[in-house]
Amino acid sequence: MKQLRDILVIDDEPTITQVVVKVCSAEGMTVTAANDVTEALECLEKCNFRLALCDIMMHGLDGFQFLEELDERGIHTPVVMMTGYSTMENAVKSLASTGAVDYIPKPFTADELLTVINRSLRCGKLLEDAESASLQRVGSLSYVPCPAKYYGLGYVSWVLMEDEGIARIGVSDLFLKAAQGIKEFELSLPGESLVQGVPCAVATSPDGSEHEIMCPMGGEILEVNEQAQSNPSLVEKDPYFRGWLYRILPSNPAADLRWLSS
Amino acid sequence: MLNSKIGLKLTFGVVLTVLIAIGIFAYFNIQSENKSLLMEVERHANQFSEHLKADMGYDMLHQDRKRIREGIQRIGEQDSVDRIQVFNKQGEIVYSSDPTEVGDVVDMNADICERCHGEGVPLSSLEGQERMRIFRTDEDSPRMLGIINPVYNEASCWTADCHAHPPSQTVLGMLDVTLPLTEVDRNIRRSQMAIVVLAISVILILSLIVSLLVRWWIDRPVQELLKATKHVSGGNLAYRVEVTRHDELGLLAKSFNNMTENLAQARLQLFQSDKLASLGRLAAGVAHEINNPLTAVLTNSSYLLKRSQGQPEVIDDLKIIVSETIRCREIVKSLLDFARQTTPKKRKANVNEIIHRAATVLENQLSIGNVDLIMDLDDSLPRVTVDANQIQQVFINLIANASDAIGASGGTINITSKSINLSAKGVLQIKRALCRKRHDLVDRKVQIDGKPAISMRYRKKKDTGLIHLNPMYGSNEHRLNDMPAIETGVELQCPDCSTSLMAEGELCPKCEAPIYAFEVPLKGLVQGCLRDGCGWHRWEQVDSGWNDEYVEVRVTDDGSGIPKSQLPKLFEPFATTKGQKGTGLGLAVTWGIVDNHNGTITVESEVGVGSSFIIRIPVGS
Repeated sequence: MKQLRDILVIDDEPTITQVVVKVCSAEGMTVTAANDVTEALECLEKCNFRLALCDIMMHGLDGFQFLEELDERGIHTPVVMMTGYSTMENAVKSLASTGAVDYIPKPFTADELLTVINRSLRCGKLLEDAESASLQRVGSLSYVPCPAKYYGLGYVSWVLMEDEGIARIGVSDLFLKAAQGIKEFELSLPGESLVQGVPCAVATSPDGSEHEIMCPMGGEILEVNEQAQSNPSLVEKDPYFRGWLYRILPSNPAADLRWLSS
Repeated sequence: MLNSKIGLKLTFGVVLTVLIAIGIFAYFNIQSENKSLLMEVERHANQFSEHLKADMGYDMLHQDRKRIREGIQRIGEQDSVDRIQVFNKQGEIVYSSDPTEVGDVVDMNADICERCHGEGVPLSSLEGQERMRIFRTDEDSPRMLGIINPVYNEASCWTADCHAHPPSQTVLGMLDVTLPLTEVDRNIRRSQMAIVVLAISVILILSLIVSLLVRWWIDRPVQELLKATKHVSGGNLAYRVEVTRHDELGLLAKSFNNMTENLAQARLQLFQSDKLASLGRLAAGVAHEINNPLTAVLTNSSYLLKRSQGQPEVIDDLKIIVSETIRCREIVKSLLDFARQTTPKKRKANVNEIIHRAATVLENQLSIGNVDLIMDLDDSLPRVTVDANQIQQVFINLIANASDAIGASGGTINITSKSINLSAKGVLQIKRALCRKRHDLVDRKVQIDGKPAISMRYRKKKDTGLIHLNPMYGSNEHRLNDMPAIETGVELQCPDCSTSLMAEGELCPKCEAPIYAFEVPLKGLVQGCLRDGCGWHRWEQVDSGWNDEYVEVRVTDDGSGIPKSQLPKLFEPFATTKGQKGTGLGLAVTWGIVDNHNGTITVESEVGVGSSFIIRIPVGS
């Protein structure tokens, strides 16, 4: 039986791995650092990790290849991708591949990092539970997956294409469960533009941590769901129907849909 | 020389046509003149022959052979008569103007005899034309007209004393008169010559006139256009053809000028977007390189801040490090946003606070440069919906620019803020416009005052073209390409689907001209008067729900000022007035941010006195 550790962080910049190790260790997590993908794969041979934190742009094998390697070896460790703001498209793409559950744009503060790590750990746990439940055919899912015809940006948010080229955007149940409830939503205003993969709303959970909700599809906001803003619990109860966030006029739906899972 | 091409071809064509026309005319003219001259000569010859016969008849009845012989000889000596012969029934020449021929017998097969003796049985009478024959005695001789006149047997002949002819005989003999056609032929030649001379002179005059007209109407303007195309293809897009005429070539010149102007504008835009694209690549590269060090700083400082609770002396410093690093992150983001042209993240904020924050950032720089910053801010300013980071960037840019304009000697920067009310007209830009089938009418390729125009197709009977509308609400200013002023009978259509944009049954309340209408998504209909010069414009939804509250901030310096020539290009990327000192991006970024907030930025400046930048931002919902 391999040893179980909490976090594996992979980045070719030692300053990044060092600071991630420092911040996570202070929270009592067990962290291993790797400077490239080969080293990370060696670590995964020795230990099991509850979560991997991986940079996308690296020398040698990059973050995408790391995800492929994990898939080939049948390792189901959930992965959070780290990427600079300029390569946000890459982050969106990584969510379309198996294994990546979330991403965090660089540069981040210690709190932002911990929020994403904690959320992703819980997300990984929920997914694992759901998998074992379906294997043993007992119990029900602890979260509601996206309904048919909905497209998801990883496990974070969803988009529903409505008539006349208008799309509806919302946040997925798994994300809300992993964030452990929402007490407040900070939403953008009608008329503003959204870009796929860039935060379109901030959800604050009861413990005060702020979760950025990545936008699944770019476009102009036509309408904001006032009820979601005034009554955040509505989103938690019915995230796919009455709990939508925005109605948008997509700018390039065909291109955006390529990176979404149905 | 172009003359050698179109001009020559055209002249040649005209000359050929005239040549054919005159040739046909001359041919028929000569033919008919020939005919009428000959007819006259024939009539005259006939009469002459009849007179001669009547005269001789009398002498024959009196058997006065000597008188007959002498008479024939005398008449035959005249110039207008070539020969006179009288034959008897056997073909023997009885009398002749040439006495040597008397007694000769002509062959019955000769042309002259053929007339009556050709068909076997000799004819007893000959009529009109059959008596005539035109011939030449030899190659060089003039043409001759021969006329034969049969001498019939009459009662007086067989009752005469001599009893020379029995009554059974019908024809007694032949009178053959030959007249030269020299005079007639000379007349014909003379008229032929006259016609040839006329034709040549007409052709010469015509070709002269045609080539002059071609040169004047076609050659010169085409040469002018050719010269212009050479200039333009050589890269001189400022070259314009002088338009002095209203014909097709004048229109061509006008449309050439338009094309060149559009080309110049397109090239400028291409140049700008090229610069923007490289700026985008640069920004992405910078963002990528700066992200890792920034991550280390931000994560470490925020981690330290978390752990330093209870140590007030370091907390404040760490807070500044964290907040300024976050600001760095936002700057990198907005640089990328600028390159991607996305809109800001807006929240309610107090502009005065933002101005204070911007001033704090520049505090050191200003005090080193001996610049006094005087702020006169209105405390009752309403909160506005803005991206605070971006607006802070705007003020930092403007204050830093003002400080640069002041220079080393020191000076004063005044910042004032106040709340004002502005009408939507002249402030609001129509950024999207849809036809009934939801095609976008905003044409990014055509700009008016630097803003994408609204393009519509006009149609008046067969006349059609594009009309560009100033996108500022309230201006209702048309810019036309080659089109006379808009008037009744003109219809505006969507350039994509040709759906009519006219508001049926509605007229301009100001001047009663027809009106057009298009939709702004989610913001209702915009209507405008079709008549050029009438400024009537209505945007009901905006007019009714318009919040006319604006926040106005003025940043005024007493620095060097900006020359008038540089003012129009001030907000374009890379249009730096600072030479090596600036990047040329500050004011372009500033303009982009203010525009994204639906605000306006204007500048008032006088060289040597100073500059004032005025920013107006709508308070918003």
